[in-house]
Amino acid sequence: MNIDTLMLMRDEIFLTAIILLMLIGEILLPIAKKKWLIHIGLLLFLIYTIQSFFPQKTGELFGGSYQTYPLVHFFKAILAVGVLAILLQSVEWIEEELLPYDFTAEFFILLFSSLLGLNFMMSAGDFLMFYLGLELSTMPIIALAAFEFFNRKSIEAGVKFIMLASVSSAILLFGVSLIYATTGSIYFDVIKTNMALPLMEIIGLVMIFAGIGFKISLVPFHFWTADVYEGAPTVISNYLSVISKGAAVFVLMTLLFVTFSTFGAHWDYILYGIAILTMFIGNLFAIRQKNMKRFLAFSSIAQAGFILLALLSHDKMGVQAIVFFLLIYIFSNVAAFGVVHIISLKAHTENMDDYNGLYSTNPRLSWVLMLALFSLAGIPPIAGFFAKFFLYAAAASKGYYILVFIAVINVTISLYYYLLPVRAAFLRRSENPIPKIHTDIYSKISFVAIVIGLLVLGLYSGVFEYISQISNIF
Amino acid sequence: MIEGVSLIEILSLTTILFFIGVYGFLTRTNLIAMLMSLELMINAEAINFVAINKYLSPAIMQGQVFSLFIIALAAAETALALAIILHLFRLTDSIDVKDVEELKY
Repeated sequence: MNIDTLMLMRDEIFLTAIILLMLIGEILLPIAKKKWLIHIGLLLFLIYTIQSFFPQKTGELFGGSYQTYPLVHFFKAILAVGVLAILLQSVEWIEEELLPYDFTAEFFILLFSSLLGLNFMMSAGDFLMFYLGLELSTMPIIALAAFEFFNRKSIEAGVKFIMLASVSSAILLFGVSLIYATTGSIYFDVIKTNMALPLMEIIGLVMIFAGIGFKISLVPFHFWTADVYEGAPTVISNYLSVISKGAAVFVLMTLLFVTFSTFGAHWDYILYGIAILTMFIGNLFAIRQKNMKRFLAFSSIAQAGFILLALLSHDKMGVQAIVFFLLIYIFSNVAAFGVVHIISLKAHTENMDDYNGLYSTNPRLSWVLMLALFSLAGIPPIAGFFAKFFLYAAAASKGYYILVFIAVINVTISLYYYLLPVRAAFLRRSENPIPKIHTDIYSKISFVAIVIGLLVLGLYSGVFEYISQISNIF
Repeated sequence: MIEGVSLIEILSLTTILFFIGVYGFLTRTNLIAMLMSLELMINAEAINFVAINKYLSPAIMQGQVFSLFIIALAAAETALALAIILHLFRLTDSIDVKDVEELKY
């Protein structure tokens, strides 16, 4: 191994260096100058994001434990952009809530460690690296969910999250051990050739699916989602709903399409049922939510159901549809959660009824909220429509017309509840609406970038063509 | 490899251990007892990996290395869970799951 091959894991090395630098900064800076840490963290992460867009070679490290190819590298760059947008929105929150307690560096270190874990999980070439990445991504984010330890809701979210996450990872691990028993290896490419599908292997696969389904919050494993999203700080709910979920979907996609491709025909029945359940339960429960964070939590469950449509296709069309959908989904959900975050920070309310008359006092925030929710619902000129359209196209190309029809029914349901906050903000009148909110420059940059991204990605097809070029992962 | 003990017996043991853990996790209401059940589940997997490695593919020690990582990560997980439970205890004077029900539906 020389320096050239080591640079294949450039992203991870860079991120580790940032984490260590933040740690040194935390030690060296005097207590009065801890505010600099926010700017240092943002600047370092901006550099990381920019470097992650430079091309990367295809290759593997550590005897195949770590693999990298253009698609996974591109997806890491998308995640970096998402995390950067979340960080920009959270600067004010850090200054208000974390700086007085001197927790700034901890926040950055834990968030970056979680992203590092996701990066390792996505480019894993064996189950050991996969499991380590999964744990490294989950545990810091649990600590962050329970970060406001004086707030009972936050601690409750942390307790629920760690208990269920540990059980789900234990179940996943039992599945891995059964796969190891039948195929005699933990390497993905050896497993792929050795698969003979005895009963033991099928049980193992179902257990692995349960473990990853927990992270994506598919329906039988979705109970933690709403509680944790509501209790955790909004920044962390945002991270959980887009970054962590996006990476887990990517991993599930590579596992199903590449490693367990011989099992494909058996998967489809499970995926078919779970897709229908996830869409219906996510959508129907979202209708009755009054808390905006719970509302977005159930909406994110329903979106996971739509993603499963493309997982049924088992070909290049499905891969490009999923990656494009996740890109759009990250943009729109970060915007929606960002508005909820700003309002809950400044006006201390998360209730949908308090959003009445938002347009009269905060017109720009209302426009961002409307664009984000329209994009999630999939209304044509905005990017969300094309993302959903490609998912349907991928499922329809394999003849799943009934499933596509059910999905279209669900989009109609979802349109109803996505319009509820928009109606509250634009059409309802209120005696005392939320007062005028002054956001800082960082949030403004983040919102402007996201809105431009949502509009441009809907009209400009270059990004989709690029994804289409690199999405041949088989 | 142990004389007179076949892999089936060891796998039966670990499966029983795992499901005792699942049962304990589902029925106990004390958070510490739930953590103990979790440890049972994770330890069952560690034994599983070592036994499968020793009996089925003794040439490469993938399973034993895996079980070392499992033990380390289980310790980290328990430490984090205990820290969060400690904060819950400070706020509510209880470590029972019945008191963790402010967020619902």
